Amino acid sequence: MPSQKNPDDRIALLQGTLDLLILKTLVLGPCHGQGVARSIQRQSEEVFFVDHGSLYLALQRLEDKKWISAKWGVSENNRKARLLAYGQRTRAASGEDQRVGAADPGDGIDSG
Amino acid sequence: MFKRTRSTDDFAEEIKAHLQLEADELQRESLSEDEARRRARIAFGNVGAAQERFYLRDRMAWFDNLVRDIRFAIRQLIKNPGFATTAILVLALGIGVSVAIFGFVDAALLEPLPYTNPSQLTSVNEGSVESPRWPLSYPDYLDWQRLNQSFSSLDVYAGAGYILNTSSGAEPVQAERVSGGFFQTLGVHPLLGRDFYPGEDRPGGPNVLLLSYGAWLHRFGARRDVLGQTVDLDGRAFTIIGVLPRAFSFAPGGNAEFWVPLNSFSDHEKMRTFYTFWGIGRLRQGVTAQAALAEMNPIAKQLQRQYGITGLDLTASVVPLLEVIVGDVRPILLTLLGGAVLLLLIACVNVGSLVLVRSESRRREVAVRGALGATRARLVEQFVTEALLLGLLGSLAGMMVADGIMKLLGSLVPKDMASNMPFLGNVGLNAHTAAFAAAVAALAILLLAATPTLRLLFLKVREGMAEGDRGSASRFWRRLGANLVVVELVIAVVLLTGAGLLGRSLYRLLHVPLGFDPNHLATMSVMAPDTAYKNDEQVIGLYRENVRRVSSLPGVKTAGMTSMLPVQCNCATDRITFPGRPDHGEHNEVDERHVSPGYLPALKAALVRGRYFTEEDDPSHPRVAVINQALARKYFPNEDPVGQRIANDESGHPSEWEIVGVVDDVREGPLDVETWPAEYFPINQTRQNVFNLVVSTSQDAGALLPVLVKTLHQIDPDLAISDETTMTDKIDATQAALLHRFSAWLVGGFAMIALVLGVVGLYGVVAYSVSQRTREIGVRMALGAQRSSVYALIMRQAGWLTAIGLVVGLVCSVGSSWLIRSLLFGVQAWDAATLAAVAFVLALTSLAASLLPARRAASVDPVQALRRE
Repeated sequence: MPSQKNPDDRIALLQGTLDLLILKTLVLGPCHGQGVARSIQRQSEEVFFVDHGSLYLALQRLEDKKWISAKWGVSENNRKARLLAYGQRTRAASGEDQRVGAADPGDGIDSG
Repeated sequence: MFKRTRSTDDFAEEIKAHLQLEADELQRESLSEDEARRRARIAFGNVGAAQERFYLRDRMAWFDNLVRDIRFAIRQLIKNPGFATTAILVLALGIGVSVAIFGFVDAALLEPLPYTNPSQLTSVNEGSVESPRWPLSYPDYLDWQRLNQSFSSLDVYAGAGYILNTSSGAEPVQAERVSGGFFQTLGVHPLLGRDFYPGEDRPGGPNVLLLSYGAWLHRFGARRDVLGQTVDLDGRAFTIIGVLPRAFSFAPGGNAEFWVPLNSFSDHEKMRTFYTFWGIGRLRQGVTAQAALAEMNPIAKQLQRQYGITGLDLTASVVPLLEVIVGDVRPILLTLLGGAVLLLLIACVNVGSLVLVRSESRRREVAVRGALGATRARLVEQFVTEALLLGLLGSLAGMMVADGIMKLLGSLVPKDMASNMPFLGNVGLNAHTAAFAAAVAALAILLLAATPTLRLLFLKVREGMAEGDRGSASRFWRRLGANLVVVELVIAVVLLTGAGLLGRSLYRLLHVPLGFDPNHLATMSVMAPDTAYKNDEQVIGLYRENVRRVSSLPGVKTAGMTSMLPVQCNCATDRITFPGRPDHGEHNEVDERHVSPGYLPALKAALVRGRYFTEEDDPSHPRVAVINQALARKYFPNEDPVGQRIANDESGHPSEWEIVGVVDDVREGPLDVETWPAEYFPINQTRQNVFNLVVSTSQDAGALLPVLVKTLHQIDPDLAISDETTMTDKIDATQAALLHRFSAWLVGGFAMIALVLGVVGLYGVVAYSVSQRTREIGVRMALGAQRSSVYALIMRQAGWLTAIGLVVGLVCSVGSSWLIRSLLFGVQAWDAATLAAVAFVLALTSLAASLLPARRAASVDPVQALRRE
């Protein structure tokens, strides 16, 4: 990407971290937004607390870039929920790598 | 940029669902329902802010992306100055030329005339078989006005030349005599003062006049107190009653400065058979020109029968005024527009293939971007931005080019012609041309954005990133690049053929047999005021003195006078009959000229039989005439014309003239019209106050002009002398010569540019192909191919492209040449010589263009080439 100013870089870094955390959460299977938020909190041992508004915008960004896909469905307790899962891009990028757990979006740029 | 279909409502739904789920979970963690809801809300943060950010994310992103794209595009152009300058220059050329030509087309053909409801105005005249538009006679006009139903008003006009006497001397000026309702018919109101009163155009009416805006500005300094002042025209005082508006122009009236009512007639003009007035009529609502024509035809015939006019087959002619004004220039303007559009096309194709080649070399960059997360849409956005930037810069430069061309072309039109084309003043950058330029720019931008975008749609990310790509997609795009060049070559061939044909037409036109030697002839128009030269003695005395003084000047060989110069028009004519022959009522129309004894010798017109005029042919001797070959052949086919007589009606007095000589045809009419039969009368016997002096010189005729004018003024300072020029210049300034010259030069210019662009495009394609095939050539040479076979390989490719371009181009050019056939003179649309020449030129230049890359290919070092992999 073309060079950006420093504050932009920091934001980009933060956004990137959040994206990774989201994708890590979804590795285990589809989940709705609230579940993702809880999961991130748990994973970072309550240190990383993201405000949910930003989380949903991050989810939207990932959805726009087709890293994740979304569909309305029902939650475990039969509430209406929007379920998120890996999108075609992520699946394609980590397609050859059978080790699902170790798949990292960074591996998508593969010269192989 | 293209759309996020996810609506804000959907997002709001998701937030609601989240809050619900969070509240559920909190309740499971044993909070009360209300507390859970509250906590969930707090944990979420500001819902409204989140929704607003969702709503704005696209807009901000869109704007961010745009700025980023623009900066990137600008950087790209700066880093590739060669590409940038070439592309912008070529675009500027194509856009500039087409906008400029369109400016002329718009001013002439699309802008309305400066009158009220101009579509209702028609040129109404008599017509005959030889001349479809023939002036009216005044009695006929009055009857037509009385008898017609089709026109709400019918008026006439006639040009007049007067001598304006001011304190600084006598000056010939142009005026227009019009009937009383003329300006009302046009719907024109004076800027200052008043129009003519109803009675002022009756015989004996007052001497009043309306000033043109230009005259008011230049002669009276635009002072408001001109009303009531008098102007001395031909010794008569005319009172200024008004000034015409600035926007007013009347093309058939040329540069007329003074508009006078038609209230005094010469004896000729009162005759029903003297045709000199042009008519203009406003059709009634709902009446078409054809319907009016259908009404006037029988009226004309009936009048002819009623007054026993024989020898003529008069009909009527009703033609829209616009047609009369622009009919002559329409074919050439449309041809030029066609040529300009072709040039634009070739320019766009040229730049398009440049962009295409660049997009090939940016394959990797695009692929990396794609892998890093750019969506197709973003990439397309970027290509569009780059195309937009290029297109805008090219258009801006193009507008400047267009402005310059319009000014240049406008200044090249000689003043005489320009006065008959007042619309030339409206040529420039205005709303219409700006709209056209915008459309053209949009087209160019579309083309420039389409090529890399389409390419992107076929591109696979992984394939694009590999070096030495041999994918099918790349081959397709190489083919496309080659095909685009063929389009350029086709256009070049079409333009070259057009230019060739027009050039040959111009040559043929300028070398049409004139029947006289136009070189070393000085001419000028002389008006002797009626007041001082009223009888034979005075006028003939003037003639003799002129010839005497002028002949004694150094460098002058012969001097003569004529009522009208040659190569102008067949508009001074005479109806003759032959005494002693049975009169079947035929209409014998011939050109009529009144000449001095020295005139025909000055022209070096060859005498075929008999003699020229002498000074002895004066009013006290029998009336004589000299005829041309055409008249002799037509009316005296098997006999010797010398000694025979012809009869006409000179100023109402029937006269007979004895033929004393026959000269070889002098081209009295325009260059592109067959020579008419012509008769010459001695000017001493017919007395003309307005004549042209023709002087044949041994040195440069132009240099002698000031001396000649001075000499004439020494004889009489009140002589009004104008239009002093050489005969060759006068011929070059005739309408036929000018139109042909303009079209030949302009289309020739287009053709040159097209040839350069096409051949350079071909060079580019071949050179690029060579650079892509370096490895292949290296392999071939390593396997034993000779240099000559490599040459052949490359030349074959170039040859194929040229051959296809040539064949298709020649076929298309026959079609296009057929379209411009009305502009051709003396050549056929399928002229083999021109087509062959064009083929030769194209083949030669293409050969040269492909030779360089072929040499480079043949000098490839196989080891180096293989090593590159």
